[in-house]
Amino acid sequence: MSVLPTQAVVVESPRRRFLRRFAGPWANRLALAVLAVWLIAAVGAPWLAPFDPLAQDIEARRLAPFTDGHLLGTDALGRDTLSRLLYGARVAGLAAITSVGVGLLGGVIPALLAGLLRGWWDAVFSRIADALLSFPPLLLALAIVGVMGPNLTNAMLAIGVVFVPRFYRVVRAATLAVREETFIEASRSIGTPTHWVLRRHVLPNVLSPLAVQISLALGFAILAESSLSFLGLGVQPPDPSWGSMLSEGRAAWFYTPWPVIVPTVAVVLTVLACNVLGDGLSDSVGREKGRA
Amino acid sequence: MNAGVVASRTLSMLGRRLLALVPLLVIVSLATFSLIFLIPGDPAHRIAGEGATEAQVDAVRSDLGLDQPYYEQFLSFLGNLLQGDLGTSYTFRTPVWEMISARMPITVSLTLVAMVFALLIGIPAGVFAARRAGRWQDRVVTVGSTLGLATPNFVLGLLLTLVIGVKLQWLPATGYVEMAEGFWPWLSHLLLPGFALGVIAAAEIARQLRASLADVLRQDYVRTAVAKGMLPNAVVWKHGLKNALMPVVTVVGIQTGYLLGGTAVVETIFGIQGLGDFAVRAVLAGDLPAIQGMVVFAVIITVAASLVVDLTYGYLNPRGESQ
Repeated sequence: MSVLPTQAVVVESPRRRFLRRFAGPWANRLALAVLAVWLIAAVGAPWLAPFDPLAQDIEARRLAPFTDGHLLGTDALGRDTLSRLLYGARVAGLAAITSVGVGLLGGVIPALLAGLLRGWWDAVFSRIADALLSFPPLLLALAIVGVMGPNLTNAMLAIGVVFVPRFYRVVRAATLAVREETFIEASRSIGTPTHWVLRRHVLPNVLSPLAVQISLALGFAILAESSLSFLGLGVQPPDPSWGSMLSEGRAAWFYTPWPVIVPTVAVVLTVLACNVLGDGLSDSVGREKGRA
Repeated sequence: MNAGVVASRTLSMLGRRLLALVPLLVIVSLATFSLIFLIPGDPAHRIAGEGATEAQVDAVRSDLGLDQPYYEQFLSFLGNLLQGDLGTSYTFRTPVWEMISARMPITVSLTLVAMVFALLIGIPAGVFAARRAGRWQDRVVTVGSTLGLATPNFVLGLLLTLVIGVKLQWLPATGYVEMAEGFWPWLSHLLLPGFALGVIAAAEIARQLRASLADVLRQDYVRTAVAKGMLPNAVVWKHGLKNALMPVVTVVGIQTGYLLGGTAVVETIFGIQGLGDFAVRAVLAGDLPAIQGMVVFAVIITVAASLVVDLTYGYLNPRGESQ
């Protein structure tokens, strides 16, 4: 009678176990909150920004925060720092999502095929992944931007290429592990088509290690985009990006530190949130094990 | 196990690893060669640069063999590569290999200083945290290393050069001085950029070492060593560290490549004319031979670093079979 409900409480569903473990540490919740704020800033920039991020105002140069309606002050050209920050969030978010998308597209499908079918698929794809991994990430991105021409789209593509072998490795390893499970063997033995096995059985099981990699990759993408923009190889002036804000702000740093401090805090905070999220996810997924 | 067996095992491992490098390097050179297909429009036009005359463009085309079929282009690219010929830079009008070898000492110095910083900060921090695992000191190191990992090179470099270099004037803010002009002038110019470059590696080393050492310190043989009266410091440094160093060695190997990429940013900020600066200039100018040369060079360094890492595994863990 009342035995069954008790049992249901003892056996926790994987989703509930994940949520319990993930939502526990305050750092994870804080990281999610930070990313949520940036997401709102990025999506809502056109409505939230109090000024046009490109509008120069000679009368209002190098203003300190909280003057004349400029909450975070203005830069050496009189552009509103808050508005540039919000539009910079848009660029960072776009760069992160696009490059991770490119990485997933190029990495996951070959990895699923290699892990499930083994044989020469695996041999060929894995050799290519090894070769791509031996390029230093930032230098590979630099080289691609160098030949394709410096702009944001090419920078995002280049960072995406950096992710391809990394996603490949993670998904292939997870696929190989899942492949040995009895339920896959059973499913294949009754003649289920490969693409169905991949989508229905393998992909869900590969998602958790992949989620960890994705959140770390988002952090690296934001870091790489701001580095490239700082070097003048990503977003082109006058468009705002956190990296280009830093490189433009440094000349006038002694008179107005705010155009440097604001994007610095933004980059560090966002990358930090992505890394904390990645660590939190990797602690929360998978089977129960003791923490070191 | 006697030293001879270990040595012969190491040699055969080295042989296998070198053999495995052949397909890797073929794919890498094919990928590097293929960069030319990513050039939008006519590659000869882009490489010759803006404002080049038709004759100059034609010269580039025949010079790079762009009028030949692709497979012949690749074969001659590969042939030149094997002879150590990386082509001639169009912006610098110098053979790429000459540029690289002239600038290499600068970047090697910078990378070494960065790696020394990384080890000097990372190892003590990791050991400290592992010995106090779970306590507040451990938390402090964890938070510090997480923060270190999230701080881009250019942010740290910019703050260091502006605050310590320009405002306080404790150390030179920019430039590079050769070691021939004295050890301190050389080192003082590298301290700020080296620190900016090394912090991420330091954070990664601290994290990995903390995790692996905390694991090792829970093992039975460590408990035995403590029980038989060995001093805690001796246990950590002698038994613990040697067994916990493998992940650190891996990180050092991986970070070598990252450091090389990071020099692009750090050298730009600190006005150091090394390989990173060369790479950025080549990229800004779309100088294909220079870009390809840098990429090939970087891959060779990365692969060499990972080879050294594998050999170190053999020393740290003689019974382990290397992959």
